[in-house]
Order: sequence, then C-alpha cells, then structure tokens
Amino acid sequence: MKTSAKKTKEKKREARPEPRQMENAALESADALGFDASLLLRSSVSSSLPIRAKVVKKEEENDLVSLLTLDVQMPNAMPGQFVMAWRPGMDEKPMSVAEVKPSLQLAIARAGPCSERLADAKVGDTIYVRGPLGKPFWPVGRKWLMVGGGYGFAPLRYLARVGMENGIEVESVCGARNKGLLMRPGPGKNHVTTDDGSEGKKGNVMAVLQPLLSSQKFDCVYSCGPERMMKAVAEVCKKHGVKSQLSVERYMKCGIGVCGHCAMGGWLSCVDGPSIDGEEALANPAFGVYHTDRAGRKIKY
Amino acid sequence: MTDLSTTLAGVKLNNPLVLASGVRGNNAGLLIRAAMEGAGAVTSKSCSLQPREGHPNPTMMQKGDFMLNAIGLSNPGVEDEIGEIKEAVAHAGVPVIASVYGGSAPDFEKTAEMIAQAKPAIIELDASCPNVHREGEMFSSSAQSASGLARAVKTRLKAQAKTASIPLFIKLAPNVPDIGQIALECQKAGADGITAINTMPAMWIDVRARKPVLANQYGGLSGPALLPIALRCVHAIRKKCSLPIIGGGGVNSGEDAAAMLMAGANAVSIGSAVYYRRNAFGEIRAELQEFMQEEGFARVSDIRLEE
Ligand SMILES: Cc1cc2nc3c(=O)[nH]c(=O)nc-3n(C[C@H](O)[C@H](O)[C@H](O)COP(=O)(O)OP(=O)(O)OC[C@H]3O[C@@H](n4cnc5c(N)ncnc54)[C@H](O)[C@@H]3O)c2cc1C
Ligand SMILES: Cc1cc2nc3c(=O)[nH]c(=O)nc-3n(C[C@H](O)[C@H](O)[C@H](O)COP(=O)(O)O)c2cc1C
Ligand code: FES
Repeated sequence: MKTSAKKTKEKKREARPEPRQMENAALESADALGFDASLLLRSSVSSSLPIRAKVVKKEEENDLVSLLTLDVQMPNAMPGQFVMAWRPGMDEKPMSVAEVKPSLQLAIARAGPCSERLADAKVGDTIYVRGPLGKPFWPVGRKWLMVGGGYGFAPLRYLARVGMENGIEVESVCGARNKGLLMRPGPGKNHVTTDDGSEGKKGNVMAVLQPLLSSQKFDCVYSCGPERMMKAVAEVCKKHGVKSQLSVERYMKCGIGVCGHCAMGGWLSCVDGPSIDGEEALANPAFGVYHTDRAGRKIKY
Repeated sequence: MTDLSTTLAGVKLNNPLVLASGVRGNNAGLLIRAAMEGAGAVTSKSCSLQPREGHPNPTMMQKGDFMLNAIGLSNPGVEDEIGEIKEAVAHAGVPVIASVYGGSAPDFEKTAEMIAQAKPAIIELDASCPNVHREGEMFSSSAQSASGLARAVKTRLKAQAKTASIPLFIKLAPNVPDIGQIALECQKAGADGITAINTMPAMWIDVRARKPVLANQYGGLSGPALLPIALRCVHAIRKKCSLPIIGGGGVNSGEDAAAMLMAGANAVSIGSAVYYRRNAFGEIRAELQEFMQEEGFARVSDIRLEE
C-alpha cells in the first residue's frame, strides 16, 4: 500500500508543482503512519459533496459530548482532519475525525443549536458528512505527549492510537472543567486534570504539563482544546525546546479554502490547518487573541 | 523578453492576474498573501454598510469542474473593513481593489465613500446583488439600473477632492440578455472600468437526501466550467464598450488567462482556481509567460484575437 501511495504521489507531483513545505510534512506523515498519502493532495479529491451517513452507535462520553459512530468508511481520514457535518434543516459544522475504526466516529459537544441537533441524533438517524478536509497532524520523533482540553481530546485519542500502532511512545494529559466533562482516556498512560479537582489532579492541564516537560524529553506535544489553553501549551513547549502541534479552529463556511472565512490573519484553518506548528501559531498576531463570528467580525478570546 | 504588466484606468499592475472578490480576501493578511503568491492586484471581499452574517451552511458544494457557493455576502461591515483595506494598501505592494455592495444606490454611495478613506487603488461595485427597491432584482440586470448605480456612486466620489480620482469599476453578472449594452451604458454614466463576470445562478440537489445541497437552495456557479460563459460575456462587452475590463470566471491556467485577454480583457481575475491549483497565482502567471514566449507576444496588450 505504501509503495502504491508513493507512486500516486510521484504522479501528482509531476502534474503539479511541489507542494509547500508543510504539505510535504503532512505527506510524509501519511506515509509514516500507513495512510495513502495521495489522498491528502487536494487535487485528488474529486468532489466535496455530502456523503449520507447513518448513526450505528451512540455513546454519551460525558455530560456534554455524544460519540457518534457512523456507517461511513473513511479509512484515509487522518488524525487532525475534519469533516463538515450536516443535518438537513440545520447549519453544517466542522467536526474533527475522532476515529475511523471500525468506521467514522465524531465526538460532538453540545455548544449551541447546531451541535445539539447533531449530538441528539439517535441510532438509525441520518446525517451527512463532507470530507475528510484539512491538514492532519504530522509525526515528529518517537515520543509524543497529547494535551487535550474538553472535546479537543477526541482527535488526540485517535492520534495516540495510530501513533502507538506505529511503535511510538505516547502519554496523554486530558483536562476538563469538572468530572462530568472529562473525555474517556486514550491508549497508553493518561494524566487527568479537572479545574475543580472532582477527578485527577486539581487545576488545568498546565499543572501536569509543566512537571512532565521538566522530567521527561518528549519529541512533540500535540494539543487540541480551548485556544488560550493551546497558546499556553505552545509557549511552555517553546520554553522547554520541545516541538508542539496544535489544532486551531475558526468559523468555517466552505471548508475547502475558497471563501476565506476561517482566516487567522493570512492563515486558513480549513486548508493550511487546522493542524499548525506551535511556533508558527505563536508568531501569528491573531492566535489566542481573537477569532471571527459568522459575519467575520473580530471576537476577542 | 515578455512584459507582463498592464494598466487599468491608470493603475499599473506588474502582471494581469487579479484576486477575485470574495475568494480568500476577507482580511488584510489574506490580501497580502495573494499578492505574495503572485497576484498583480487583489480585490477584497465585498463589504456592506452594516455587518452581514450571510446564509447558513451548507454554503458550498464542489464537484469536478465547478463549485456552487451561497455565502450570502457575509462581511463585518464597512467600518471594520476600512482598517483591513488600509493595512493591505500599506503592505500588499500591489494595487488593492475594494469591493462594495448595498441593497440600494444610497447604501452603495455611502459604503464607497467610506471605503475610499482607506485609499484603495480602485473601487469595485458588486452590482450582481439584489436591489431591495426592485423586488430583489440585481442592479446589473438592466442597463438602466446598472448605469444608474454607476452614475450615483461616481457623482458621490467626484464631489470630494480626496475621492474624485479613485477609478470606479462595476462588476456585472452573466445572466442578462445583453451584457454589452449594460457595459456601454455604465461607460456613459461615468464608470472607469468593468469587471465581468460574477457567478452564474445555479442549484444542486442531493438525490439521496432529496434536498437542495445549499441551505439557500440556489448558489452561484464558479470554477473552470464557467470559462466559456465568461469568454462570451467579456467578448460581448468589448464589442460595445471601450473601458478597461477585468475579465474572469473559470480561469484556471495560463492559456485560460490568454483566452480571457483575447476576448478583450485588460486584466484577468482568478477566484476558484485557488481550489484547483496549489499556487494559483504563481503557476498561472508562469504559464501565461510561457505562452507569451512560445507565441511571440511581447506585451499583455498584444494578446488579441487575430484580426
Ligand atoms: C476544525 C474544527 C474542528 C472541530 N471539531 C469539533 C469536534 O470534534 N467536536 C465538537 O463538538 N465541535 C467541534 N468543532 C466546533 C464546532 O464546529 C462548532 O463550532 C460548535 O459545535 C458550535 O456550533 P453550534 O452551531 O452548535 O453553536 P453556536 O451557536 O454556533 O456556538 C455556540 C458557542 O460556541 C462558540 N463557537 C462556535 N464556533 C466556534 C469556533 N470555531 N471556535 C470557538 N468558539 C466557537 C460560539 O461563540 C458560542 O459561544 C470544531 C470546529 C472546527 C473549526
Ligand atoms: C466563495 C465565493 C465568494 C464570492 N464572493 C463574492 C463577493 O463577495 N463579491 C463579488 O463581487 N464576487 C464574489 N464572488 C465571485 C467571484 O469574484 C468571481 O466573479 C466568480 O467566482 C467567477 O470567477 P472564478 O470562476 O474565477 O471563481 C465569489 C465567488 C466565490 C467562489
Ligand atoms: S472555510 Fe472557507 S476558506 Fe476556510
């Protein structure tokens, strides 16, 4: 499979100029983790149309998050990528790929009317997904730390699973405001924090992250969650000389890099991201400072 | 040597490729990025007097050679936009075209007057939006309403020394019986240039869902499939109107750009190609240059249909 992926990659490269550096990293990532790299090249995505999906299993992960298993096979949807999820009659919203085995899973937190309607889908209900979209996380080194806040832990759990299957050493820090909002642990060693101390260590993820970075040498810290948390994670990693990767979310409309709505400055969350190098994010003046609403107005964090 | 430069109503562009309005142009950072990627000029997302949220998602579908969008002109409003345009003018290094639209001529006038403070190189009127006073008919639907709009805004800009010299372009829609006549009347009304074309009204249905895919039901078609329609429109405009034309719609390669120039355009807008091409501006610019070398065109203005 890997060789055939390489071949297609060569063909695509012939037809089109070199992808940018970051895209190269993503391509290598696909190769390293056993995905078909050619599918990451947007040129090979022939359409961005909704695919019909039936909910085949539904689990309540915590007080807010429903984990939906859909009858859609999307084996090449990589950790860090997302789909646009839609229930007709409602808005279409980006949702991270939470797992692809046995089939596509989405972890949906009830944050507003649209996510509520998606999360309330019952077994047998139909939703539509468009994707996979966006740039996945890419592998750096052999020892990884996951740092997730709230539903942000879902794609990291998937990344941890894929990493461990490829012989990478993985630990996770999973934080939430309280016990009722904790996500299920990932594979490997897990550290849990809650703001109110109702489970695990009291405090936010930084309470565990700082000592971990001081006592162990990680090659890369992967983080997904509230933006201010990710900013703190990227800063502390930079201080410790450890690479970090984040998943930066912005209000999305087209999801395919055309409308420009998901911009953080000149960076587009839907195609340049959501995965982004921590230092690149820190260099962006909008990161952790403001995002934009449906009209494109700046909203301070 | 090939010279890629061109001029639009006195505004000099180092190459004829212009970022189309509404495509990756929502803020200064994105406009600067398009310039860095090789655009000769950049057009901002159309802005209105008040902020607009636009249509709910799904606002986009894409299949093969076309895409449909129903973004619904979401924008943060002209007050916020002024800052973005100012920053882009200061740092893009290429001419910045500010696109505005409104539901009525007075809205257009006010928005154009306000955006003029940011000193864009050109102001473009997105006349393909519905006129609230004419039961939602597009301003660009008839020669009368399009030229009336051009006249009103031009008069307003001319009234002040600071804004009088900013060239005014009007952007036309393809779904009209006689686009050449509309362009001619706009010229008579004082417009300094024409941009054509906007998207083509269209629809997509998911037969499994038995529903239109776009929440708004209808959207605008863009992408390579639009090129032949755009070529005809630009050609028809050129037959009747002598204003500079930013021609676009479906341009996806250097040869497409050459075709647009042969149809009569002075510059070529690039929109949906950012989806189809890795680096649309850099690649299309290189291809156009290659085409010019192969065919012996020294200047952009030499790229014409054979007499
Ligand atoms: C790449 C990406 C991946 C995502 N993955 C997931 C996921 O796996 N699971 C999940 O539950 N949600 C995810 N989201 C968020 C999700 O798309 C919706 O934004 C969220 O569900 C709120 O939508 P709503 O319509 O229900 O609520 P709204 O009424 O739109 O919003 C409810 C609240 O959420 C805030 N909000 C909305 N969108 C954002 C945003 N993009 N960033 C910060 N705050 C926001 C609003 O300000 C408001 O306070 C992701 C977003 C992106 C961009
Ligand atoms: C997502 C999207 C948003 C657009 N928004 C605007 C807009 O705000 N104002 C405007 O004048 N044209 C807008 N357009 C039309 C483009 O500027 C262009 O005229 C059209 O897409 C055809 O060119 P293309 O095939 O190169 O994309 C938009 C197009 C797309 C795809
Ligand atoms: S959502 Fe349209 S460019 Fe990202």
